[in-house]
Amino acid sequence: MATNILMPALSPTMEEGTLARWLKKEGDPIKSGDILAEIETDKATMEFEAVDEGTLGKILVPEGTEGVKVNAPIAVLLAEGEDASAAEAPATPAPSASAGEGSVPIPSPLKGSEGRAEPTPADTPAPVPAEPKAPVTPDYPEGTATRTMTVREALREAMTEEMRRDDTVFLMGEEVGEYQGAYKISQGLLDEFGPKRVIDTPITEYGFAGIGVGAAFGGLKPIVEFMTFNFAMQAMDHIINSAAKTLYMSGGQMGCPIVFRGPNGAAARVAAQHSQDYAAWFMQVPGLRVVMPYSAADAKGLMKTAIRDPNPVIFLENEILYGRSFEVPEMDDFTIPFGKAKIERAGSDVTLVSFGIGMTYALQAAEELARQGVEAEVINLRSLRPMDLPTVIESVKKTNRCITIEEGWPQGSVGSYIGSQIMREAFDYLDAPVISLTGKDVPMPYAANLEKLALITVAEVIDAVKQVTYR
Amino acid sequence: MATAQAAQTAAPAPDSAAIPNVSREELLTYYREMLLIRRFEEKAGQLYGMGLIGGFCHLYIGQEAVVVGLEAAAEEGDKRVTSYRDHGHMLACGMDAKGVMAELTGRIGGYSKGKGGSMHMFSKERHFYGGHGIVAAQVPIGAGLAFADKYLDNGRVTFTYFGDGAANQGQVYETYNMAQLWSLPVVFVIENNQYAMGTSVKRSTMSRTYWERGAAYGIAGEEVDGMDVLAVKAAGQRAVEHCRAGNGPYILEVKTYRYRGHSMSDPAKYRTREEVQKMKDERDPIEHVRSILLTGNHATEDDLKAIDREIKDIVNEAAEFSKESPEPDVSELWTDIVA
Repeated sequence: MATNILMPALSPTMEEGTLARWLKKEGDPIKSGDILAEIETDKATMEFEAVDEGTLGKILVPEGTEGVKVNAPIAVLLAEGEDASAAEAPATPAPSASAGEGSVPIPSPLKGSEGRAEPTPADTPAPVPAEPKAPVTPDYPEGTATRTMTVREALREAMTEEMRRDDTVFLMGEEVGEYQGAYKISQGLLDEFGPKRVIDTPITEYGFAGIGVGAAFGGLKPIVEFMTFNFAMQAMDHIINSAAKTLYMSGGQMGCPIVFRGPNGAAARVAAQHSQDYAAWFMQVPGLRVVMPYSAADAKGLMKTAIRDPNPVIFLENEILYGRSFEVPEMDDFTIPFGKAKIERAGSDVTLVSFGIGMTYALQAAEELARQGVEAEVINLRSLRPMDLPTVIESVKKTNRCITIEEGWPQGSVGSYIGSQIMREAFDYLDAPVISLTGKDVPMPYAANLEKLALITVAEVIDAVKQVTYR
Repeated sequence: MATAQAAQTAAPAPDSAAIPNVSREELLTYYREMLLIRRFEEKAGQLYGMGLIGGFCHLYIGQEAVVVGLEAAAEEGDKRVTSYRDHGHMLACGMDAKGVMAELTGRIGGYSKGKGGSMHMFSKERHFYGGHGIVAAQVPIGAGLAFADKYLDNGRVTFTYFGDGAANQGQVYETYNMAQLWSLPVVFVIENNQYAMGTSVKRSTMSRTYWERGAAYGIAGEEVDGMDVLAVKAAGQRAVEHCRAGNGPYILEVKTYRYRGHSMSDPAKYRTREEVQKMKDERDPIEHVRSILLTGNHATEDDLKAIDREIKDIVNEAAEFSKESPEPDVSELWTDIVA
């Protein structure tokens, strides 16, 4: 049966082209893979290969023809035993046959956008409910006995408990084993779990992050420690492209249960390359969970949840907080769910939203403000993705003012996202603009006086509160 | 070590007396599997030309003997991971042609429900771990799969495929270092088709025997004629044996050749038409097996025609399925983001 040879699309954007030259003539035998013609696109001249075998019966578009539409018949291919008369009436009227299959080669990017309005995005917080939501439930029952411990001890305890609970959990990173952890988070783990599960790596972040991702695909639950998150920049491709996107790209078949953890943000006097807060960067990526604990209880409860979570989790710790002590509940299995903020201090005059080390500025400012007669409500977000925006919005509806506090840079900050969400969900409740307090828009300087200036200060928080309360 | 220049120069006419001990059934299987990949890829190219496949589409035509030979050396449960030139790997490990083609057309019947496309497909059932679009990213991932196998002590081996282009990426050497350090059961398969997109090996490195780079890390390896499926299989068996015996990773540099462009929009100005034609005429992996079958009287022309028809039917059925399967429901936009 004679078939039409159609003008091919040779690039994702090609709609028409020039048939520059025929390399076969009528009557020539054609084998699959033979080059039939040269076709000029807007970008280049390309060779057009035969797919089917037969004899070139008739050339429908002579060489030199410009503006030949994609999918237009350009020649007729005869099957074995057919003669040229078959070419007069090709059996398959190609243009109409393929018309229904989309003669525009590239699907419109707008296609499917009608789906955007309807379903609630699985990974973004639900729209804020109209009715006031139930008050935030506490992390553990009232009256539970607590123990004082540092953030460092809490992280270690969480990893230890989860490694005892699940044999597939292991820890890898630089100096996590014999050195006992560059910041002593993994102290003692090698002794308890041995070198099979506490693995010292060479200093190759890109490589071991990728190996961690592969191990997660292969059925394990890796905890990958970055000595600091600054070094995770070398591993960014595996965190984003390999870990975060695979569940989606595989149509739900293959997830990546892995925890990437380590200190993030400024330490003290370590200068620009070792002092950066990556919260806003990671928070942008669908497929990731991003958490940033403040207290030891946050650290323990969130770490246990992170290790059990079936998704890649970015766990942003802070070197300065490692040594701070907090109360942690004495429970067999204390976890904190992702996407649940904590109201650390109730108040009615202004809402302060922060996370991680930013909480230290927020809470100190709130104490000082209370002495001056201003009651601030302080929200500890804890998870940045998913983010508990309903708790923030409810608070803003009560206080009518909001200030966000973080150490990261201003442009594209966590606070700028929160501010935009407040405007969308609680615009009519605002009595003042939302202020996003951040670190200064500069690389971190080394000099002690300049470093202090580059970071956020309690005084700046107090000033901002005075601005929005018009005092 | 196999002959170093084999893939570069014309082989002598196949001599049935020189064929290693291989059964008729095996030969027919290799013929069938390689032909399936070739016809599938030709059809994919055709559907791309019709606008049914969009974006990037990297065809495997010419390299069929690599995956078919190595799959012949694999056992059930062994894993594989590769780059974006992945259609052949999926067909060779037993994934369904319909599901692969429907993914190429972006339909719900595809392996990733249409959300991955040509470069991103996975099958837990067939132990195929992608389909990765960032050059060389699959190399540490493959070592990680092997890490999991070793940790779980399950005796499995992972085939990690990458090209001569990826072989210059730094993460490959980070991975070599750790794979040997931790004695991971991973076969690194360098599919050297001699062009990293449009840049020939000669224009990208002075260190052109890629497998020898493993020596810096203590990793054993060899070069293989990638146009000879029997040579590939034999090398694959040596590699797998090495890994399963607990000796750590192994490198196979498989010299092969891609007939088509890097992707569908490749003007092919970096090599001559004569060079491509010479490979097709003298070193075609499918013709190689075909000729062994015919000259050794292991099969008749009619036997092979019957296989050709069988393959054509499978491919046509896959193409039909890929056109009829609907696009994913718009609600799929929001699914599978987090588990």
